[in-house]
Amino acid sequence: MCLAIPMRLVEKDGWEGTVELNGVRRSVSLMLLEDAGVGDHVLIHAGYAIGKVDEEEARLTLEGLERIAASLESGGG
Amino acid sequence: MRASDRILLGHGAGGRLTRALVKDLFVPLFSNPALEALSDAAVLPAWPGGRPALTTDAFVVDPLEFPGGDLGRLAVCGTVNDLCVSGARPLWLTFALVLEEGAEMGLLRRCAESAAEAARDAGVQIVAGDTKVVPKGRGDKIYAVTAGLGSVPEGRDWGDHRVAEGDALLVTGPVGDHGATIMACRHGMAGEGLRSDVAPLNGLVEALAASGAQVHALHDPTRGGVLVTCHEVAERAGVRIVLDEEALPVRGEVRAVCDLLGLHPLSSPCEGRALVFVEAGDAERALKALRSHPFGTGAARVGRVEAGRKGASPVAVRTVSGEERPLDLLSGAELPRIC
Amino acid sequence: MMEEAGYRDPRAVAALLRAAKAEAASLHRPLVLMEVCGTHTHAIAEAGLRGKLAPEIRLVSGPGCPVCVTPVGYLDRAEALARQRNAVLCTFGDLFRVPSSTGSLERLKAEGGDVRIVYSPRDALRVASENPGREVVFLAVGFETTAPTIAAALVEAEGAGLSNFMILPGNKTVPMPLRVLAGDPALRLDGFLLPGHVSVVTGSEAFSFLASDYGIPSAVVGFAPTDVLAGVADLAAQRRGGRAGVSNLYGRAVTPQGNAVARAAMDRVFRPESSDWRGLGPIPESGLLLRESLAHRDASRLEVDVPVPEEPAGCLCGEVLKGAVEPPACPLFGTACTPDLPVGACMVSSEGTCAAYYRHERWRLAGGAA
Repeated sequence: MCLAIPMRLVEKDGWEGTVELNGVRRSVSLMLLEDAGVGDHVLIHAGYAIGKVDEEEARLTLEGLERIAASLESGGG
Repeated sequence: MRASDRILLGHGAGGRLTRALVKDLFVPLFSNPALEALSDAAVLPAWPGGRPALTTDAFVVDPLEFPGGDLGRLAVCGTVNDLCVSGARPLWLTFALVLEEGAEMGLLRRCAESAAEAARDAGVQIVAGDTKVVPKGRGDKIYAVTAGLGSVPEGRDWGDHRVAEGDALLVTGPVGDHGATIMACRHGMAGEGLRSDVAPLNGLVEALAASGAQVHALHDPTRGGVLVTCHEVAERAGVRIVLDEEALPVRGEVRAVCDLLGLHPLSSPCEGRALVFVEAGDAERALKALRSHPFGTGAARVGRVEAGRKGASPVAVRTVSGEERPLDLLSGAELPRIC
Repeated sequence: MMEEAGYRDPRAVAALLRAAKAEAASLHRPLVLMEVCGTHTHAIAEAGLRGKLAPEIRLVSGPGCPVCVTPVGYLDRAEALARQRNAVLCTFGDLFRVPSSTGSLERLKAEGGDVRIVYSPRDALRVASENPGREVVFLAVGFETTAPTIAAALVEAEGAGLSNFMILPGNKTVPMPLRVLAGDPALRLDGFLLPGHVSVVTGSEAFSFLASDYGIPSAVVGFAPTDVLAGVADLAAQRRGGRAGVSNLYGRAVTPQGNAVARAAMDRVFRPESSDWRGLGPIPESGLLLRESLAHRDASRLEVDVPVPEEPAGCLCGEVLKGAVEPPACPLFGTACTPDLPVGACMVSSEGTCAAYYRHERWRLAGGAA
């Protein structure tokens, strides 16, 4: 229902922010995400940052997937 | 008469202003004997042999200037590329402009200069041209129309009639750069690596031909990108085209722009790439030739041609997991979306 | 988290697929799950998951495409604003080709209407400041993900005194229609795959009523194939264990409480009101209208003549949006209604259920290869 893309916040000036993904930059509004800091990964929807990406959670999910993938191999496919 | 920094209706009226535009701007830039005669038609040197190939194209682009090129470069490369993917060696171009009253003279000069530069890069001559001016509000600064005449060498027969089951599909570099760059400009995005790929392909194509690889067909995936081109070939040749998702070169910047706007890199136009259908056994030789040319360093083998099958999608992509997924044609231009 | 590849790992996909099917098989009946979100519908179709999960699991699509659930009358009113008041319409690209009673925004533009496609409500603010003499109307559609961005733009317009910026309110919220679907005995849903990006704003706890009031398990999931499959496996396991709760499997983006700042922005600007959903009819407290203090920005109050809306005859969009029928059951699907000439909204939006079926699944349904 809604596209939202994780991008890294690289500049912040009040409610104005610049986000980057793969070397592409765009200015976004931070009005809806007051506590975002430079370096955070934020979810961008329609020109606004609407949420933060939790890197620890992301790491855990990826590790979980790696374990699941490995179980397939050890389980003989 | 003092030079105006704006296009005036008089620049298209055929009087002094028009003559000044032609003599001071276009003739010195495009300089060649056929043009310099300034007669009603360019009388060309003797035909070099082979079958003539003729094409024309109209160019509108917003913005007119973008990272990697502008309307002038696009107008020359587009026609050069249409000729050379048909197997022709491009020789002569015409160059017509529809200008909007009030457009900046500097913009026109820059576009004309890059058209001249692109023609030099491609080794073609712009031998005839025209300018018309429409009242302000009736156009969008500059529209360009080019036509091109080239010669297909004896014995060269490229086209979709030769595309057959088993062929390998190559692309001469990363896809979608031009379209993603234009969309990025329109939607406030920028990135150092984000540039249009607009370039004349005739040198690259001749290098490919010289490699001796059995080339069956070439296409430049402009409007609608790789996706539309593959659908057109599949339909005309009665074959099925299966792309390899992992092998498709897409720059990270292009992917980012597409992700943000909800677009697909395979539908994003290229202006300096070719899709090459080649005898499978010659794929490596063809790739080597492409990669040795500056415009083909990113060439890759991206798919294969299968026999057409009723009840199967004409174009599909093989995913990382080895499955095939249908790739449907889009209904119209892709629009930025939020869903 | 940008390692997309990890979320698409074919080995993890295969393992999760097997786990989900095994969990469901032990129930000895097909498990019926609804993916609420159109982006999920699209992702599921693209990865071909519907076919791979059958027969143990049946995925049905819900009303999660904002464009698809927007009634025809909304577009008719937008067109009337452009035609009768010369208003500038700013819209997300999603709405541009959706059929109205008499045409579409695309056709309106071709006929001279001033329609601008924008990526962000902020772009519409810019259009308003560049056209001070004209009413600039932003077509406000979308769920909880999008509504706060529109609220923020309205707040900005108020602050800047940009008096010609208005919206045509059409935003909707997800929980109430889920109540309708959860309580519909004919649908017999075993679980919900909840919309990941709506939940970024609402928080996963906003959906706890599904378990407490209806005893139906749900899972908030992301948009990669492994995200969706992990959700399916979780719902199957909840069913098998006789449990019902909200599992948050999209923890990298979603918290239990969601984005309170975004919700506060919504509250400041909008009030909940009954809203018409194509297919589901009017649902209480499922739409967002402007608060009285912002009446001057409400384009639905502007005087225009709007024709009586005509829903396209024979179109089963409504039933499709409830998950009651699959698109190929519609007599128009793939014949009179295609993405090139769509009859219903579900065929035109890229995340509409019919469009997703048409693009990705019609070959499978025809029994052919990919």
